[in-house]
Amino acid sequence: MVSEKLEGVLKPVARGHGGVSVCHSKNTCSLEIVRMPAPERVILPMQQHIGSPCTPVVKVGDIVGVGQLIGDSDKFVSAPIHATISGKVTAVGPAKIANGAMVPCVTIESDGEMRLYEGLKPPKIDTREDFIKAVRDSGLVGLGGAGFPTHVKLGFKPDSGVDTLIINVAECEPFITVDHRECIDNSWDVLSGVYTIKEILGFKKVIIAIEDNKGDAFTALQKIANDSADFDNSVELMVLKSKYPQGAEKVLINAVTGKKVPPGKLPSDVGVVVMNVATVSFIGRYIKNGKPLVSRSLTVDGSAISEPKNVRVPIGTPISKIVEFCGGFKADPYKVISGGPMMGMALADVDVPLIKSNNSVLAFAQDSVKVKKERDCIRCGRCVHACTMNLIPTKIKDYAVLEDAKRLEEIGTMVCMECGCCSFACPSGIPLVQYMRLGKSIIREAGEQK
Amino acid sequence: MNSKKLTVSVSPHIRSLDTTSGIMLDVIIALIPALIASVYIFGIRALLVTIVAVTSCVLAESISRKVMKREDTISDLSAVVTGILLAYNLPSTIPLWMVIFGSVVAIVVVKQMFGGIGQNFVNPALAARIILMSSFPGAMSGSAFTNPVVKDITITSASPLAIIKNGEFDSLPTLKEMFFGLTSGCLGEVCAAALILGGVYLVIRKVISPVIPVVYISTVALLMLIAFKGDIHMVAYEILGGGLILGAIFMATDYTTTPITFKGKIVFAIGCGLITSVIRLFGSLPEGVSFSIILMNIFVPHIENLTTPKPFGAEKKPKNKEKEEVAKA
Repeated sequence: MVSEKLEGVLKPVARGHGGVSVCHSKNTCSLEIVRMPAPERVILPMQQHIGSPCTPVVKVGDIVGVGQLIGDSDKFVSAPIHATISGKVTAVGPAKIANGAMVPCVTIESDGEMRLYEGLKPPKIDTREDFIKAVRDSGLVGLGGAGFPTHVKLGFKPDSGVDTLIINVAECEPFITVDHRECIDNSWDVLSGVYTIKEILGFKKVIIAIEDNKGDAFTALQKIANDSADFDNSVELMVLKSKYPQGAEKVLINAVTGKKVPPGKLPSDVGVVVMNVATVSFIGRYIKNGKPLVSRSLTVDGSAISEPKNVRVPIGTPISKIVEFCGGFKADPYKVISGGPMMGMALADVDVPLIKSNNSVLAFAQDSVKVKKERDCIRCGRCVHACTMNLIPTKIKDYAVLEDAKRLEEIGTMVCMECGCCSFACPSGIPLVQYMRLGKSIIREAGEQK
Repeated sequence: MNSKKLTVSVSPHIRSLDTTSGIMLDVIIALIPALIASVYIFGIRALLVTIVAVTSCVLAESISRKVMKREDTISDLSAVVTGILLAYNLPSTIPLWMVIFGSVVAIVVVKQMFGGIGQNFVNPALAARIILMSSFPGAMSGSAFTNPVVKDITITSASPLAIIKNGEFDSLPTLKEMFFGLTSGCLGEVCAAALILGGVYLVIRKVISPVIPVVYISTVALLMLIAFKGDIHMVAYEILGGGLILGAIFMATDYTTTPITFKGKIVFAIGCGLITSVIRLFGSLPEGVSFSIILMNIFVPHIENLTTPKPFGAEKKPKNKEKEEVAKA
């Protein structure tokens, strides 16, 4: 029997203010995720998540297997780090990461075997606590980009009124197609992850929210959901308009449930948890095989990449090696971005390791990077129109220049999520997001001085 | 792998195609139908006045930026727009030296002295028009034009609004003539058809939102409907006469001197409509569009402060909460 609910598709509840129409450039959406062979060496930073950094638990000379714990922390908001290839630890100490900082890292030299660590077994889960602990032990963080430890997100109390789980398949950033592919290539993992989380944490409602530019991913999920409808029909699909930043947590919650997360509050405060589809899919696999987070999928694309691909890579692989696997650069790279073009970070160096939260590497030749001449603000209001958080970016810019912490706070600077819509929309080429960050740091400084 | 240095910049790494000069170019394109109409109605001198205004605005901008040792900004085309708008607010018979004087006032005094594009607190073209009107009332009111339909007869008549003001309703042109601009007035304001065409273009190109023009004109229409006790015929004259359509579409939507908040735009437009109607009905002048817009320009910072939207998800009335806290303390 096929549930009617699964056949029908939900429509967004609220149409939020703002957002911008960006190019889709989903060039890689038909390319199946391919596995990259183990690199000779991986560099594993001890902080790949939001929260406290880990301390290495291995020393130089140790032989490690894939999935062996190499870094951990006793803090709650943190996620352990595991060896992603088998081989010998050759260095424990500072190494350069994507943002150019030198941070403690563990470097592993491969023995070419990809031998699994003997101690790995599927987690035994009887209670809610077991599950949260198992998720923590897997080292899982949000794979959509932010890198927030998943066990913290799922660690809400049973009686806290959280009843809705939203699976985020919006993937509103241009170019990136890994979430799209995850739904097609690993749809069973996605669904088993969804059911596991739902059963254990007692969600009443699960909504898989997908943008309307991913027709085949939608079909794949719908098929799987219909096939499994016999044992559960509380999982629903919702099709959202393709608009940036549809996948931003607060924007997504508003579109799906009509609820608004107040400033400074978490989604769980309005009874909602949002999880990226790749994160859920990982849980589906992890429950079965017990293999911690040692690899992830990412999109490699851009005008300077010879063979754009969706590729599954051991975490810690230098980005230069990933590019090499994708045929190398076909043109001189002018700009290399880790993440999407709207929120990603431009890299100064491609010999930095891939981390857990990194969902794409984009490389562009000079001719495909357009730079707008920066001019004075003409108060056209395009930034106001684009802001999904109802802010007035150009005013925040003015107050940031004046270093007026009080006014900055009054007009809600801290609500900004740096999605980049204002900068994108500005006809005068003003780097508004940079001013938003400046404004936030002015508020923080003023707070510290008090 | 690669020895060349990579470019690093803050996100986002892609930008929209909109540029300041592109927007200004759209405004210029939107103003062209009215220019064609005014040349047809007032003859080649309309074109001459426009060219002189544009040239002197651009030169004034370039020279003043040089004197102030600042980057030349004429490539953003905003001076061209100011020039055209100023010309549209002048009668075709105005002496050319007055056009130059007005352009210098608009660009140097009103715009550059306050910091250039985006910083002027009133609309430069309108401020210049008001200064010209108070300095040379005679030259500003003459509006002779050659009826293009009957080529030989040069009509020098009072503008429709002045006719209404004087109560000589019999000598009013027909509404059809008003719509196509066969009436006396400033060179860019008479042809409603051409201006609306330009306005539609701007809305389609998303350069302006239709909020201000629609609310402004509706406010005037509503108030006139009350004032003329439901005489729709007279309301139509009030809308088509004078600079209302030019002002509502092209001046009251000027980015710099209007609110950037949505609610602010509505307040601004209602204010403009209110002042325009009051001046037209009770003032000694027949026309009040330029004064109303300039007056509302001055209120813009206050309107914006009062209409700043609450950040996403923020409580509706934090002020009351503060008061409660104060009361508790």
